[in-house]
Amino acid sequence: MSGGLVAGVDVGGTFTDLVVFDPASGGVRLAKVPTTLPNQSGGVLAAFEAAGADLAEMDLIVHGTTTTTNAVLERQLARTGIITTEGFRDVLELGRRTRPQAYGMSGRFVPIIPRDLRLDVPERMDARGRVVTPLDEKAFRDALAQLLQAGCEALVIHFLHAYANPAHELRAGEIAREIWPNAYVTLGHALLSEAREYERGVTAAVNASVQPVLERYISRLAGELAARGYGRDLLVMNGNGGMVAAQNVAREAVKTVMSGPASGVMAAVATGRRAGMPDLLTYDMGGTSTDVAMIRGGVAPVSNEIEVEYAMPIHVPMVDVRTVGAGGGSIARVDEGGMLRVGPDSAGSAPGPVCYGRGGTLVTISDANLILGRLPAQRFGQAAEAARAAMQDQIARPLGLGVEQAAEAVVRIANTHMAGAIRMVSISMGADPRDFALFAFGGAGPLHAVALARELAVPRVLVPARPGITNALGCVVADLRHDFVRTLNRPLDALDMAEVAAILAGLEAEGRRLIAAEKVAVRDVRAEFSADMQFLGQTHLLRVALPGAAPSRESLQALFEAAYHARFRVDLPEIRANLMNLNVSVTGRRAELDLSRLIDPAGRRALVAPSGQRRVWFEDGWQEVPVYWRDHLPLDLDLTGPAVIEQMDTTLLVEPGCRVTSDADGNLIVSVTG
Amino acid sequence: MVDPVTLAVIQAGLQQVCDEMDLTFSRAAFSPVIAEADDRSDGIYSAEDGSLIAQGSKGLPVFVGVMQFSTRTLIERIAAGVTAAPEPGDIYIVNDPYLGGTHLMDVRFAMPVWRQGRIWCWLSNTGHWPDTGGMVPGGFSASAISAEQEGLRLPPVKLFKKGVLDAEIWAIICSNIRVSDQRIGDVKAQASALMVGAERLAALLDRYGDGTVGAAVAQMRDLAARQMRAKLALIPEGRYRATAVIDSDGVVNAPLIIALAVTRAGERLVFDFSGSSLPCAGPMNSVRATTLSSVYLAVRHVFPDVPISAGAFEPLEVVGIEGTFLDAHYPRPVSGCAAEVSQRIAEAVFAALVQAIPDRVTAAPAGTSGNFGLGGTDPETGAGYVMYQISGGGYGGFAGGDGISNGCSTIGISKAPPVEIMEQKYPVLYRRYALHEGSGGAGQYRGGFGLDYEIELLRGMARASFVMDHGRVGPQGVLGGGDGAVNRVEIHRQGAPVLVPEHLSKAQDIVLQAGDRVRVRTPGGGGYGAPADRDPARVAEDLALGRYGTAEAARLWPGKP
Repeated sequence: MSGGLVAGVDVGGTFTDLVVFDPASGGVRLAKVPTTLPNQSGGVLAAFEAAGADLAEMDLIVHGTTTTTNAVLERQLARTGIITTEGFRDVLELGRRTRPQAYGMSGRFVPIIPRDLRLDVPERMDARGRVVTPLDEKAFRDALAQLLQAGCEALVIHFLHAYANPAHELRAGEIAREIWPNAYVTLGHALLSEAREYERGVTAAVNASVQPVLERYISRLAGELAARGYGRDLLVMNGNGGMVAAQNVAREAVKTVMSGPASGVMAAVATGRRAGMPDLLTYDMGGTSTDVAMIRGGVAPVSNEIEVEYAMPIHVPMVDVRTVGAGGGSIARVDEGGMLRVGPDSAGSAPGPVCYGRGGTLVTISDANLILGRLPAQRFGQAAEAARAAMQDQIARPLGLGVEQAAEAVVRIANTHMAGAIRMVSISMGADPRDFALFAFGGAGPLHAVALARELAVPRVLVPARPGITNALGCVVADLRHDFVRTLNRPLDALDMAEVAAILAGLEAEGRRLIAAEKVAVRDVRAEFSADMQFLGQTHLLRVALPGAAPSRESLQALFEAAYHARFRVDLPEIRANLMNLNVSVTGRRAELDLSRLIDPAGRRALVAPSGQRRVWFEDGWQEVPVYWRDHLPLDLDLTGPAVIEQMDTTLLVEPGCRVTSDADGNLIVSVTG
Repeated sequence: MVDPVTLAVIQAGLQQVCDEMDLTFSRAAFSPVIAEADDRSDGIYSAEDGSLIAQGSKGLPVFVGVMQFSTRTLIERIAAGVTAAPEPGDIYIVNDPYLGGTHLMDVRFAMPVWRQGRIWCWLSNTGHWPDTGGMVPGGFSASAISAEQEGLRLPPVKLFKKGVLDAEIWAIICSNIRVSDQRIGDVKAQASALMVGAERLAALLDRYGDGTVGAAVAQMRDLAARQMRAKLALIPEGRYRATAVIDSDGVVNAPLIIALAVTRAGERLVFDFSGSSLPCAGPMNSVRATTLSSVYLAVRHVFPDVPISAGAFEPLEVVGIEGTFLDAHYPRPVSGCAAEVSQRIAEAVFAALVQAIPDRVTAAPAGTSGNFGLGGTDPETGAGYVMYQISGGGYGGFAGGDGISNGCSTIGISKAPPVEIMEQKYPVLYRRYALHEGSGGAGQYRGGFGLDYEIELLRGMARASFVMDHGRVGPQGVLGGGDGAVNRVEIHRQGAPVLVPEHLSKAQDIVLQAGDRVRVRTPGGGGYGAPADRDPARVAEDLALGRYGTAEAARLWPGKP
C-alpha cells in the first residue's frame, strides 16, 4: 500500500535534507534536521518525522549519502587485505612518484591498505594478456588464510595486466569465494578494466574497504524504513548522477563516494532544463570548500579520473565536480610583505569564523560578509562585534584601511580567487565560462554569485527556489543513467565507419535493455553519443559531441578540428586525427516533477514589497538596501539591485544595477551588468 | 600607489594568466614529457630587463627564475643589434644553455606583448623537448665532453615571423633532431600557450589600465622582497656551512664537491659557493642561470608562501661560483645540470638552512631524477625504441614526521609512468616494483623509502644508460640523523657475475641481451634528529610492516624495537 509520494533525502556533513513530492496534488514537503553520526539513519528518520511524511505513503525514496566519502577521508574503513602479483605488493604505497604540494618537502601519505595486509603470490600476465607465470593456487590459498587470520573483512585481488586478460583474477576470485566468509571480494579488473596499476588498484581497494561500511548502513536504514511502513525499494544515489537499488549498491560501493556533489549537479540539470538554461556552471559554496561543475546542453559531465584527495584516484565514471579550496571559513590575513591574502587555510566549521562565536579568532570570508551587512546581524548576536574587532586588528589596521574597506577587500580577493578557479575548471574542460549561466546554491553560494558572475563575464545567475536543499532535490529528480566507453585508439583514416556505427548502436541497445529491466517508471529513453579524439601522437583528449549514431569520417575530422581550434587557437593541418574512445550515455528520463511549488504559492504576495531594509556596504560606501523575504516574492517579479533577498537557509545579494526576475518555478534570474 | 585591494586583484589576475598558459601548453602538447609530466613552465617578464613578474604555479620548479635570465639576455642582444628586433607576431626560439638556460632539451620561446606600438612585457615559456639531437637519443649522455655532442644549439632566432612559422628555420631544426615528425605539434602548443596568455593579459590591461597594472607590478615586486626579508629574519644571524657530493661527472671517476656557506647578514642571505669543484670534463656542469634557479627553488621549498617574482629573489645573493663547475661556459657539456646538479645544489641549501631553522627544513631528499634509458630495436615489430624510466626516492625526515616514500625529484613535479604502460610500449618485463626496504635514514623521524625495481629485457638486444646520483654517499641525515641508503645499479647478465657500473650511478651504452636484468634501488631520505629520540612504537611499527629487518632495526635504533 503506498500513496504515490516520491522522496529525496540527502545526508550532508551538518544537515540531513528531505524533499517529498506528491505528483498527484503537486504538493511539496520539506525538512532540514541535524545529521546524526556515526549512524546517519537517525537523521533520515527524523527528517521524515519533521516533514510529517508517512513512510507508508512513499512510492519511491532516493537517498544520497556521505557514508563512503567520510569513511575514505577519515580512514574509517573495514579491515581489508590485498593479494597482488609477486613483486608488486607495494604499488598502493609507492603511488606515482609525487609529493603533496609543488613546493615544500614535507607531508604525509597513508596508503589505503597497510603493508602487513598486502601480500603477493606468483602469477604474471604480460601486457598483451599472455601468461608468463601461472597462478600459484597453493600460494594464493595460503595468502587468503593469512589475511583471514589477520582479521580482514574485505579482500582485493589485483594482478598486473588483468585488464588485458582477467583469467588469473577470475580463478583467484573463484578460490576466494570458496573460502572467504562473505561477499566482500573485489577483483581489480571488474570495476575498471584499464591499464595503470596504481589507479586501478586504489579504485579496487577503496571499493573493498567501504563495502562492509556501506552495506551495514544501507541495510540498517532499509530495515528501519520498512519497519515504519515503507514497502518499496530504497534507491541510492551514485556518483555518476544515476541511482541504484539498495541491495546492489555495495557491490560497486566506490561509485557512491561522490554521491552528494553528484546529486547537486543533477538538481541543477533538472532546474536548468525547466528554466530553459541548459548550459550552467554550478557553484556550491560551503564552509571550507566550493564545488564547481559544468553542465553543457543539459548534460552533467562525467569523468573517470576523479582524485578525492592527494594521491587517491578513483577511476570510475562519476559526475565531474571540482573542488576549489575556498569557502566561507577561508582565513584572511596580511602577510609579512604587507599583501592581503585570503585562504588557502580555513577555519572550517570548528572553530569556524569569528562571527560563529565558537572560539574562532581568525577573520574569515563570512566575517567580512557580516561586517558589510550582507548577512543578517541579528543571527549572530554578540559575536558580530568580535568579528568587527578581529577585522580591525588583523586586516584594517595593518593595511591602513577602515573596517568596511578591509572587509570589502577580503570579499573582493576571495571572489577573484574563486572566479579564477572557476575559469580554470571551465578551460580545463575546454569551454569558455561566458557561454554559461551561474547556478548558485549551498549556504554561501548566492551571496557571492552575482559578483563572481561579473568577474567571469557570465551574463546570468540562476538561483533555484531552495538553494539549501539542492542535493535532496537532486536525488528525487535524477534520471536512470548508464554510461559506456569503448576504446578504439585508431587513426581516423583507418577506422571502419560501419564498425563505428555498429558499436554506437550496440551500446545504445544495451543501455535501453538495462533501463527496461529497472523497476522505475521512465518517460522516455534517449542516447547521447560522443567521441574522445586527439591528433595522432598527443596524450590528452578532446571530447567531441556527435550529432547521431552514424557519423561520417569527414564529419568527425571537421568536428574535431573545429573544437580544437576553439580551444587552442591553432590549426594542425600537418597531422591527422586519432579516435580514442566512443562514448554512449543512455538516459531513462523519469516523469518530470513539478518544481513550481518548492516555494508555497499561497505565501506569495501580489506586490513586491520589502520586509525591511538594512545598511549594506558596496564600493562607494553604505547604502540603505531593501530586504525581501523570498517566499513572499511574486512570480512576475522585476526589480533592480541593490537588494538583499533572504530565505530560510541562504541570502542572495543583488549588486546595484543588476536586474532580478522570476520564472514560473520561482527561480530567481539575475541579469548581471557591468 | 595602487590601493591594496586592486593590487591583490591584479596579482591574482597575473597569476591566472600564467596558470592558464601552463594548462594550455600541457593540454595541447604531443610529447608525454610535457603533456603528462608537465616538464614546462610559463611566465611574464618585464620589458626593461626581463625580470620575473609572475610565473605559473604548476610550472616545473627548476624553471623558477631561469627564464628571467634568458629573457634578459634576449633583450640585451636585441639592444646590441646582435639579434633582430621584434615586430608584432614574432616569437623567438632559443635553447643555448650559456645564454640563460639549463640544458639543450629545455627549449624556450619568448614573445613580446605590444601595447600602443611598444613592448609592454614579455611572455616566455620553456618546454622539455624529447630530443634535440646529439650523441644519444633524449640528450642525457653520461659521457659527452663538449656541447656539440649534446645536441643542436639554437641562439635566439625568430621561429615565428608576424605570426607565421618560418619554414626554413623549422626545416633546419627538423633535420637535426630525432622523431621530428611530431614536434610541429609541440611547437604549436608552445606558441599557443603564449598566444592564449597574450589574449588574457590584454583583457587584464584593458580592464585596469596599463598604468595601474604597471604600478601594481612594481609594488608587487617590493612587497615580495619585503616578505622574503621578513622570512629571512627567522634565520638567526650567522654562517652555516654544508657540502653536497656528486658521484662523478660521468667521464672522470672522482667526486665533485659543492661547498656552500650561507650567511644571514642583515636583510640579505648570501650563498657562497667558493671552494666548489672546478668545471668538469663530463656533463655534470651547471650554468649560471640553473645554479641561481636551484638556490631559488630550494628557498621556495623552505618558504612556499612567498610569491614567485623577481622581488622575492632580491634579498638572495649567490657568490663564489665563478671558475667552478656551477658556472660553466661553452663548450663544457651540461646535460646533467637541470636534472642532477640542481638537486645537489638544493640539498646543500637544505643542509645549511636546517642548522639555522630546524623546524622548517627537512633532512636531505633522495634528490636524483633516476634517469635510466634503454634503446634498441624490438625484433617482434622491427621498430626502434627509446625507453626512459624515471624514478623517485625517499624524502628526508622533518620535525614532526617521517619522510615521504618514492617522492618525485626536488626540482620536478612529474609522475612516473605506470609499469603497465611501460610494458605495453617496450619489450621489457618488470620483475619487481617495490619499496626499497631499509633505505630510510635512521633518526627521531626517519627518512622515506626509495624504490626497488628490476627490469628484464624480453627480446632482442638493447643498450642501457644511467644518469643518476647518490651512489657514493646517501642523502644526508641532519641533527644526529643517519644518511639514507645509497642508489644502487646492478646489471644481472645470464651466466655472468653481477655488474656494477664503474661510476656507480652513471654509465652509457651497456649492452643487454634478452633475459638480462637491470636492478635499481633508489636512495632513501636522510633521517632527522637522533635515533635515540624515536618513539619506540614507531620503530615497532616499521618492523611489523617489514620496512626494516630485525637486525637492521636493532643496529639503527639500539634498544628500541
